[in-house]
Parts: sequence; C-alpha cells; structure tokens
Amino acid sequence: MMQHLIILPILLPLFTGLAMLIKRDATMQPRRTIGLVSTALLVVISIALVVESSNGQIRYYALGDWQPPFGIILMLDRLSALMVCLTSVLALGSLAYACAGDDKKGSNFHGLFQLQLMGINGAFLTGDMFNLFVFFEVLLIASYSLLMHGGGKDRTQAGFHYVALNLAGSAMFLIALGVLYGTTGTLNMADMGQRVAQLDPERLGLLKAGAFLLLVVFGLKSAILPLYFWLPRAYASAPAPVAALFAIMTKVGIYAILRVYTLIFGDSAGDLANFVQPWLWWFALATVALGGVGVLSARDLRTQVAYLILISVGTLLAGVSMDRVASLSALLYYMLHTTLVSGGLFLLADAIADQRGKAGARIVPGRGVTQPALLGLAYFVGAITVVGLPPLSGAIGKALLLDAAQPSEQPWLWPLLLLSSLAGLVAMGRSGSTIFWKAGKPDPEGPRLKPSMLAGLALLLGASPLLAIFAGPITAFTQASAAQLLDPGAYTQAILAPTSGGDS
Amino acid sequence: MEALYATVTGFLAASGLYLALRGRTFPVVVGLTLLSYAVNLFLFSTGGLTTDGAAVIQDGKTHYADPLPQALVLTAIVIGFAMTAFSVILAMRVRGDQGSDQVNDQRGDDAREEKS
Repeated sequence: MMQHLIILPILLPLFTGLAMLIKRDATMQPRRTIGLVSTALLVVISIALVVESSNGQIRYYALGDWQPPFGIILMLDRLSALMVCLTSVLALGSLAYACAGDDKKGSNFHGLFQLQLMGINGAFLTGDMFNLFVFFEVLLIASYSLLMHGGGKDRTQAGFHYVALNLAGSAMFLIALGVLYGTTGTLNMADMGQRVAQLDPERLGLLKAGAFLLLVVFGLKSAILPLYFWLPRAYASAPAPVAALFAIMTKVGIYAILRVYTLIFGDSAGDLANFVQPWLWWFALATVALGGVGVLSARDLRTQVAYLILISVGTLLAGVSMDRVASLSALLYYMLHTTLVSGGLFLLADAIADQRGKAGARIVPGRGVTQPALLGLAYFVGAITVVGLPPLSGAIGKALLLDAAQPSEQPWLWPLLLLSSLAGLVAMGRSGSTIFWKAGKPDPEGPRLKPSMLAGLALLLGASPLLAIFAGPITAFTQASAAQLLDPGAYTQAILAPTSGGDS
Repeated sequence: MEALYATVTGFLAASGLYLALRGRTFPVVVGLTLLSYAVNLFLFSTGGLTTDGAAVIQDGKTHYADPLPQALVLTAIVIGFAMTAFSVILAMRVRGDQGSDQVNDQRGDDAREEKS
C-alpha cells in the first residue's frame, strides 16, 4: 500500500473530479461534502508523503512498470512531498471558502477545482519532462475555466489574454522539449542530467538554447519581470477562492526552475553547470523592484495582493539564483509562508469587498465593513506577515534569506528586499487605514462571514503563526530538502541504478 | 528533404506568430493553431528524419525511425485540439460579452477607469 502512496495525490482528485460529473443538475451540498472530504484526505496523504520522504530516500513509481529511463516515472523526494503538502493545505482553505456560495456562481466549480489539483500535484511529482508538459496542460486547462468561473466582461477579457499567452507558452515548451530530446535522446530528468554531462561539445550550444527557452517558459508561468504582465489583471479579476488557489500556480513555475536547473543543469552538468543562475539573479531583483512599485500604485485591494505575489516571486527567484543550501532552504520556508498568506489575503480581500457594498475592494473611503473587529484583526495579521514584520513567518523567511546572501557577493539583495518590504508596508498601511478607519457607517443588515468562509480564512492566515512557532522543525526539513536538491548524483543513483532504486 | 522540412516549419511558425500578434481574436486563434502545427512538425523531426524506417521492431529490418517523437506528437496534437476548441469558444464569448472582437477592447478599459 505504501508504495502506491506516491500516485494517490494524482488519482484521488482525478476520481473525485470525475465523480462530480455524475448528475450534473444535482444539488450543491453533496458535491461540497465530497470535495471537502477528498481534499481533507489529500492533506492526510500528503502529510504521509512528507513523513515518508523525510528519511532522505528518493523513491520513484514506475507507471505501467516500465523501468526508467524508458517509461514515465513519478518521483518523490523531500521537495516534491513538501510542495504537494503545501498545495493540499492551500486547496482545503480555498475550497472551504468557496463552499460559502462562490461555487454556485457558475457551473462545475468543484469538478474543475479537483482537476486543477490533479494537474498541480502531477507537475510536482513527475520525473519526466514530457509528462511535466502534460500536467502543465492539465492544470492550465482547468485554470482557464476556473478563471472565468462566474463570467463577466472583465473576466473574459483577462481570461483571453491569459489563455493566449499560455498557449504561446505551451508551444515554446514543446519546442524546448524537442531541442532537449534531440540533443540528449531522453526525456527522463535524471537520465537527461546524466547525459548532459557527457554531451558532445559540438551540441552544447543547441542544448543551451533549449535550456534558455525552457527558462522563458517557466519564467512565464512564475511571472518574472518581462513576462509578468498577465498576472495582476488575471489574478485581480478571478473569483477569490480561485485567486487563492492560483497563489500556488506561480510557485509551480518556480518549482520547475528549481528542479530542472539543479537536477539537469546543476553542479554535475559539466560545461553547463549552473549557467542560468547569474541570469536569473538580475531578473529576480528587477521583479522585486517592480513589485514594490506596483504595490504602491495599486488602487484595488486585489491588485495590491497580486503585486505582493510578484514581490514574493522575485524574492524566491533571488533565492534560487544564489544556489546554496542556506539560500534554497530559506526560499523553501519563504515559499510555504508566502503561498498560504497571499492565498489568505485574496480571500480576505473578497470578504472585505463583500461587506463594503458598492465600494468593493477599491481602496477608497466607503461604507464600513459589517464585522470590523474580526476582519481588521485578520487584515492586520495578514499585512504584517506578508510584508515581513516580526514576529510572524514573513520576518523569519526574509531574515533567513538575507542571512543566506553574502553582502560582498550580492550587495543588491539587502536594499531591494528591504525597500520592497517598506513599499509593501506603506501600501498595506494606507489601504488598511482607508478601509477600516476612514469608513462610514456599516450596514447592520450586511453580509457576514459564514462559518466555512471563516474556516478557510483561519486556515490560511493561521498558518503563519504556526509556521513561526514550528520554524525549528520546518527549517530542519527545508534544509535537508535543499541539501538533497543540490546533490543531483543521489537522484541519478536512486532512479537509474536499480539496486538502490525505488519500490515500484 | 531536411531543407524543405525546415523551411516549411519555419514558415508556419512565422505566419503563426504574425497572426497571433494581431489585434482581433479570430486571427489570434488561427495564429496559435498554426504555431501549434509548426511545433508538432518540429517535434516530429527531433528524432531525426528517416525514410522507410520502421517504428516498431520487425523481422529483417535494420533501419528504424525513432518512435518516441511520434508518440509525443500524438499527445501534443490531442492537447492542441482541445486548446483550439477552448480558445474558439472563448473568443466567441469575448465577442458576446464586450460587443467587439478586439483583444484589447479600449472602450472597456475606459469604462473601467470611470468606474474606479
């Protein structure tokens, strides 16, 4: 049973999603129950995977029993277990929030939500480049429909941009894959890593071109500076639970960068070892700077959160490009924190917009919220966490990252990161005081938080104090993941040498 | 054959890219479709171009074509079709919702500015 645990995060959402298709006109309640139970089960499974992976063994699951490097495999190491766990917790929070009524605004919300989870989990677990493409497409198709859930002019237009860009991105992904396959003759990531090192120097140029093209694709998914234009509008117009789930989508891009450029083009790649990191560095810093400007200029709470995501993307990529155990470990901790908190902030922005009537999420004085104490407290917690003030998890994540940067080598990270935090603080302070202090009389009859909305919010925003309290064990785990990630030899050994191999 | 193949792929990709950068939704959809054809052709060629090569093991054959790109292209075609169908529906929806087939509807943007 334990050996099949690896494939469960893909199969469970798939079957749940299929089950939602039966009786399309059925009432909402059974679907909500099925969706919530299945997602809660996913959390349990992913925790089991984290425990399973914590001994440092790298396992693989050979689909159809085709042994690597020939078949498609799923691989489980600390990093992929951690990402699956993060996804399922985030999904549980946003699904709970959606069950308060957002899921009724269009058709098939629950089915699409589960298929989206399947795509995300698959992308985290796969050990095969083409399979990565397929799971990217699965999660994209689901995200296209979810983004437009509920309809409306803003959403369809933002959606069309998002779809067209991602279709172009998929085309580039395939070209890059073709180049990589043409030069190395394999699609298995571990095998490709091994062959890159022994490649004919004549073909290195072609391989490098393919690798750069792949970086462009992943950069588009994770919204690095020149490729971020789709993000603010798409995220700001998406329904709140979907935007919250999308907080993980940029991290899928970052995960792919982390995986491909440490495993295939990492330390063992000979002439091409770590060649993208210096490039990433400047784009990452520029993304941080631009996110700071964007946060200050946002006139809508949701756009503001979208730009905060952009800052976090830049920060994470800066961590990737420093490429040592301390920085990768800091980045993983920061990733846990920022994904959950920005998801929570999207939900909170929606709750605030809901209670303010016509003023909505715009940062203008307007009607007060119906539950000022509760929402104000939640906003306060979310704001100080996301900008990185002590004592919550944002401060720890940023401190770890700053600690990992060596001022002599990377002098620009400190000022940029701190200035972007200041920009976030100013912007969050301004919007908070406008919304909560310059507010008129609230409508006593206005909508209030339903219990399931509160549960979703509490789960996502409450993760931050928990991350801060358990920072010790969590950083121990992320440090071990980072060390594992920087040792590509161990992967190759675990996947290609059958004696120490997995349990397929 | 290689030169012809490369020219055709390049021409398709260039036409696709040109159309995808147009301002109306229909050319954009057609452009993305052409781009995906070009990508499929390119993927097909990554295993090397052979004539008369068998894809599966046959008695008495010594000359084989790489079967993997064929499998990849098949998957890419299926995904590409689904995406095309979706983007056509979406383009129609955009047309219906905003009353024009412009990718960037300026009137829509102005209306939003006034609202906020």
